[in-house]
Amino acid sequence: MPLRHDIKKVLVIGSGPIVIGQAAEFDYAGTQACRALKEEGLEVVLLNSNPATIMTDKTMADEIYIEPLTLDVVKRVIEIEKPDSVLSTLGGQTGLTLSMQLAEEGFLDAHGVKLLGAVPETIHKAEDRQAFKDTMEAIGEPCIPSKVVTTIEDAVAFANEDGIGYPLIIRPAFTLGGTGGGIVNNEEELRDIAENGLRLSPITQILVEKCISGWKEIEFEVIRDRKGNVITVCSMENFDPVGVHTGDSIVIAPAVTLSDKEYQMLRTAAINIISELKIEGGCNCQFALHPGSFEYAVIEVNPRVSRSSALASKATGYPIAKVATRIAIGYTLDEIINAVTGKTYACFEPAIDYVVIKFPKWPFEKFVYAKRTLGTQMMATGEVMSIGTSFEQAMMKAVRGAELGLSTMNLKKLEDKTTDYIREKLHDCDDERVFVVYEALKRGIRPEEIHEVTKIDNWFLYKLLNLIKMERSLADGELTDEKYLTAKKLGFLDETIEQLSGQKIKNPRFASYKMVDTCAAEFAAETPYFYSTYDEENEAEEFIKEHDTGKKKVVVFGSGPIRIGQGIEFDYCSVHCVWALKEEGYEAVICNNNPETVSTDFDTGDRLYFDPLTKEDVRSILETEKPYGVVVQFGGQTAIKLAKYLDELGANILGTSADSVDAAEDRERFDELLEQCEIPRPQGHTVFTAEEAVKAANELGYPVLMRPSYVLGGQNMIIAHSDKDIEEYMEVIIGHNNMENPVLIDKYLMGVEVEVDAICDGKDYLIPGIMEHVERAGVHSGDSISIYPAQNLSKRIRETIVDYTGRLAKALNVIGLVNVQYVVYNDTVYVIEVNPRSSRTVPYISKVTGVPMVDMATKIMLGSSLKDLGYGTGLYPEGDYVAVKVPVFSFEKLHDVDTHLGPEMKSTGEVLGIAHTFEEALLKGLTAAGYKMKRSGSVMLTVRDSDKQEIIKVADKFNTLGFDLYATPGTANTLNKNMIPTNVVPKQKGGKNNVITLLDSGKIDYIISTSEKGREPAKDSVKIRRKAVERSIASLTSLDTANAVADSLLLGKTVKDVELVDITKI
Amino acid sequence: MEKAMLLLADGSVYEGFSVGAKGTAIGETVFTTGMTGYQETLTDPSYYGQIVTQTFPLIGNYGTNSFDSESPRCHLSGYVIREWCETPSNFRCENNLDTFLKEKGVIGLYGIDTRSLTRKLRESGVMNGMITTEPIADKKAALEKIREYYIKDAVKNVSSPEIRTFKAQGETKYRVVLFDYGYKRNIERELLRRGCEVTIVPYNTTAEQIKEIAPDGIMLSNGPGDPKDNIEAILNLRETMKLKIPTFGICLGHQLLALANGGSTRKLKYGHRGANQPVLDLEMGRTFVTSQNHGYAVDAESIKDSVGVVNCKNANDGTCEGIRYLKFPAFTVQFHPEVCCGPLDTAFLFDKFIEMMDKGGK
Repeated sequence: MPLRHDIKKVLVIGSGPIVIGQAAEFDYAGTQACRALKEEGLEVVLLNSNPATIMTDKTMADEIYIEPLTLDVVKRVIEIEKPDSVLSTLGGQTGLTLSMQLAEEGFLDAHGVKLLGAVPETIHKAEDRQAFKDTMEAIGEPCIPSKVVTTIEDAVAFANEDGIGYPLIIRPAFTLGGTGGGIVNNEEELRDIAENGLRLSPITQILVEKCISGWKEIEFEVIRDRKGNVITVCSMENFDPVGVHTGDSIVIAPAVTLSDKEYQMLRTAAINIISELKIEGGCNCQFALHPGSFEYAVIEVNPRVSRSSALASKATGYPIAKVATRIAIGYTLDEIINAVTGKTYACFEPAIDYVVIKFPKWPFEKFVYAKRTLGTQMMATGEVMSIGTSFEQAMMKAVRGAELGLSTMNLKKLEDKTTDYIREKLHDCDDERVFVVYEALKRGIRPEEIHEVTKIDNWFLYKLLNLIKMERSLADGELTDEKYLTAKKLGFLDETIEQLSGQKIKNPRFASYKMVDTCAAEFAAETPYFYSTYDEENEAEEFIKEHDTGKKKVVVFGSGPIRIGQGIEFDYCSVHCVWALKEEGYEAVICNNNPETVSTDFDTGDRLYFDPLTKEDVRSILETEKPYGVVVQFGGQTAIKLAKYLDELGANILGTSADSVDAAEDRERFDELLEQCEIPRPQGHTVFTAEEAVKAANELGYPVLMRPSYVLGGQNMIIAHSDKDIEEYMEVIIGHNNMENPVLIDKYLMGVEVEVDAICDGKDYLIPGIMEHVERAGVHSGDSISIYPAQNLSKRIRETIVDYTGRLAKALNVIGLVNVQYVVYNDTVYVIEVNPRSSRTVPYISKVTGVPMVDMATKIMLGSSLKDLGYGTGLYPEGDYVAVKVPVFSFEKLHDVDTHLGPEMKSTGEVLGIAHTFEEALLKGLTAAGYKMKRSGSVMLTVRDSDKQEIIKVADKFNTLGFDLYATPGTANTLNKNMIPTNVVPKQKGGKNNVITLLDSGKIDYIISTSEKGREPAKDSVKIRRKAVERSIASLTSLDTANAVADSLLLGKTVKDVELVDITKI
Repeated sequence: MEKAMLLLADGSVYEGFSVGAKGTAIGETVFTTGMTGYQETLTDPSYYGQIVTQTFPLIGNYGTNSFDSESPRCHLSGYVIREWCETPSNFRCENNLDTFLKEKGVIGLYGIDTRSLTRKLRESGVMNGMITTEPIADKKAALEKIREYYIKDAVKNVSSPEIRTFKAQGETKYRVVLFDYGYKRNIERELLRRGCEVTIVPYNTTAEQIKEIAPDGIMLSNGPGDPKDNIEAILNLRETMKLKIPTFGICLGHQLLALANGGSTRKLKYGHRGANQPVLDLEMGRTFVTSQNHGYAVDAESIKDSVGVVNCKNANDGTCEGIRYLKFPAFTVQFHPEVCCGPLDTAFLFDKFIEMMDKGGK
């Protein structure tokens, strides 16, 4: 039976902002779901607070609400839209949890709404620790000895039971990415982590589990329909054994070290589990397998699509989310055609003829002081996937695609370390372990010894050893064609081969391409999904010939892994560019390596190349495609970095030229340009060494802003207040960059920050809107609350900004998008930065203004003029709504990271609040970002001297609201002197009652904390802020944010009082 | 690294390196898409006379051991892979692939683009080929030999002439005769596990002999080659089924029983070989993932309504995957519920066979 007749209108709940553990994969899943529903002719209502997503696009749903993902809001949307069904399993944990609450409260029944995808009993069995254990026991699937507890004492008692003991793993119930969990080795650690986990669990429940770290970790993606048909889509094996969160593990698909007996044993277990849970849709089962026997245990089951299912979809070509959606609305696996082959059905288990590696992308480049130890709590913000015909090839592609500045497995900083150090370092399970392992193998440490320490399977270690053997072989003797080809098949770049061999390659080769077809070539497939290798046949070339459309081809370069500073926004832009290209009659080809995204869905573009975005990889793609043009301005820094090289190759870069990109990035050329345009900028210098930096800073006068040129998201950007700061930071910067590019030092102006995105055709320009930041300059634009339209700028300032933007766009000869950041200081507009490419704000501005920026920019790149496109020129008229973008952070996932906002970006995602007034929009935005917006309670204040005057105003507002105020001595003194009654709390060292104990008491609802300097975890101010994160206390580290929160509270409203907005109607 | 190559009947050559035994062999070149279970594949008698290529590129990852062979010998003519693992890793690993192939006398070729070979076989259908570690002096003569080749006396060559009986695990519930057309060990194991005492009999065992043994059930095994070549076995089956003993047939056993009942078989272009074939059970309304290895199929239309019901079909190409007979207690499947290698999802068919014996064929 196909489509259920009782389904006509479906509410899809998205996953909200990007946070660690819940990233772009849910936009991919949600987008597939929406498309599948619409293909069935169903009406789709969409709710998601994240404006950077593709699923919130007007083409994806009929009614779209970018509103806070709270129970209240979902209920109101249901009341307004009256859907007959809710799809619960495609919006990550957030969507699932909300759906369950609605069902359990009886709200869905009362409103006649059906829950599709999973029923509450299923979710309960899968997610409640005890229920899960009982269910597994009932069907004879082994679990790890564990106990569900709700108090610390019970946890300790379990640890003391016979046969248990330490180490133990703590897993809080219902938290994202294992938040709040960890491995404990003794009672003290157990008490500590158990307390934290109990608090973070919404149901105050943790699982205390016997630690089986060192076992193999194996995952299966399973899919089942209501008839009970069930298949496994993909198996995956973790390079890192049990103990490291699968999101932080290097993963290989399919599992490689399992014999058929072990494989089938676990596959059968996965099928038994999904069948017992009666899941209708996708499910992920994680197992621990003893490396020395057939003993195994079920670790976890996710009864929904997940990060792993996105990976499995991309790894096999099997669209899990799409199939799961069809199942949810009534289809069965044998009724759903496999879109890849067009000949087989969804009940056909994929067979693959390559291997896939997933490599995580961690934020430690940014958070230099963060604890890098990997454990049960996920820390990666994103990932890359690579496909190869050998493990070695896939591994090399993954590493160079992860944008770590590496083209091999050799980590430079390990080279000069002693072998003893390397041997010792093998014990550290952190983000660099695979490189340490490689170095260890290189030093001649036996795989067996490394295995003893790391428990990484010897299979992987010997494969890595093959790469080392090849490095040695290259360095030794003649570089024959045969040796060259072998090296290429192992994933070496030409550049590396020449460097290691010291010889010129005689007959360099381009890569050939193979198709990802779900069936290992058993059937002729029509999927235009390719990966590179070095064989004779080039299936991409054949495909292009066979499917010749006569259309011009354009290659769009994507944005690689999600990281802080380069998030899902760029995927939104890339996908829109592709759509616009197709609409304009071009063939759009995508090149990207991020498995979580919509851009790497095989049917987004006309062809997909799943390969790293590095020079040589890109060159081969161009050789096969021979495109009319290439697009680099939508893929963030990853793509724009390729501009110069592509230009040298003679590729036709559509839109803004490589030279213009350089003119905006190169300090000297940029200064000239500003001079020519007569636009002021904060004074600045470029330096290469610490001495030069100190000299420049003293000339400019402190504080100064420092950053390396060519960076994104303010990586390594800081405000320096003294010579000492400069010296410290120069060391960090030099440590992370090869210093090909200089460091920029600018006078730091603490004014209002304003940002615009503009579309230009070389002659005219259109500014859809001016955005004003709540936080003054000094807080990275990505971490600022951004308001559209600007609320506090005079007409003259606005006109100046429009005028400057136009001048800059013309002078840079921008064809397409440009993003300009200004600071308004003492009533003067200064330019801070110009980026001749799409920016983080493009999706949200496009959505709230209705100006389809990427589509327009794409058309302009292809030759249209702005005037033809019908949106006018100059500043686009302001709409009736105010939109406030609020950043979202993942601080609770990262240890020892200071939460203090500064010029270096720290947020992982964003939400939007839309309303008729600024205050209401802000209220929505803050609520959506997770602020509880409590209107009574206590506030803790501790601010730096330079903020002491301004804190008075903010404290007064909280005082007026009736909050009890607490402050550290200096801050309290200022407040009390100004007639704001404040309790004095000693800093940490001061005896029994101090800030930390106060925060621990649970009394505090907000903390306002600023300090001159932060970052180092040992500092008191950092410890206080970390404590606030641990205690889930709203932590405000900029007075501007604090002031905005206070204003919003003073409004006296809650989101309940504010109208919900269907953005398709504005 | 010694060279080796595969010469196909169409004259194309895949050059790579030698793994396993040295020499020259001719066979019908086929591909299998199973991603694990190479040892089971290598020892599956159904591959008799064939050169088998694995579409999964990394073979030998977990080595070989003394437990996972499906028969004592390797019956295939040659083995073609992309890459083999010199340093396998698994707790049961005893040998690496090269050693295993050498021991079993299998000529192997590695280092070729197995996807390219698979695509060729997919487009032109299974094709004869010659695998060799020696230089081919006279390509024309070699091609002639290759083209002349056909798989002869396949079943006779893999079936053991001995009659052997294995004790059931635990209490003996039933006595089952297993016709050895080239049976995989796991059929025997599945029966033993379910309390059956298993008597393995040669492919040409007559109805008279069966009557003497008087088993509770008859199991028709898998096996190699063109089912139509087995005239003696088919004629014997025609008589045996008159005994109305509960019968379960797998793969070749399924095809032979169909032929014995007036059905016909035909050769598929490139067959079904792998661990992921979806089978629709029309009576249960369910789809199962199955392990398959066959180059021939029963023509569904050739099964008369009065004889049996085609109750399973392949969800991809609609070919016949199972028959339930009406005039005597028997059911047969084209796929491999005993798997090895492959998914265990249809192991319940052995339970169904037991139930059939519970009812005594009534």
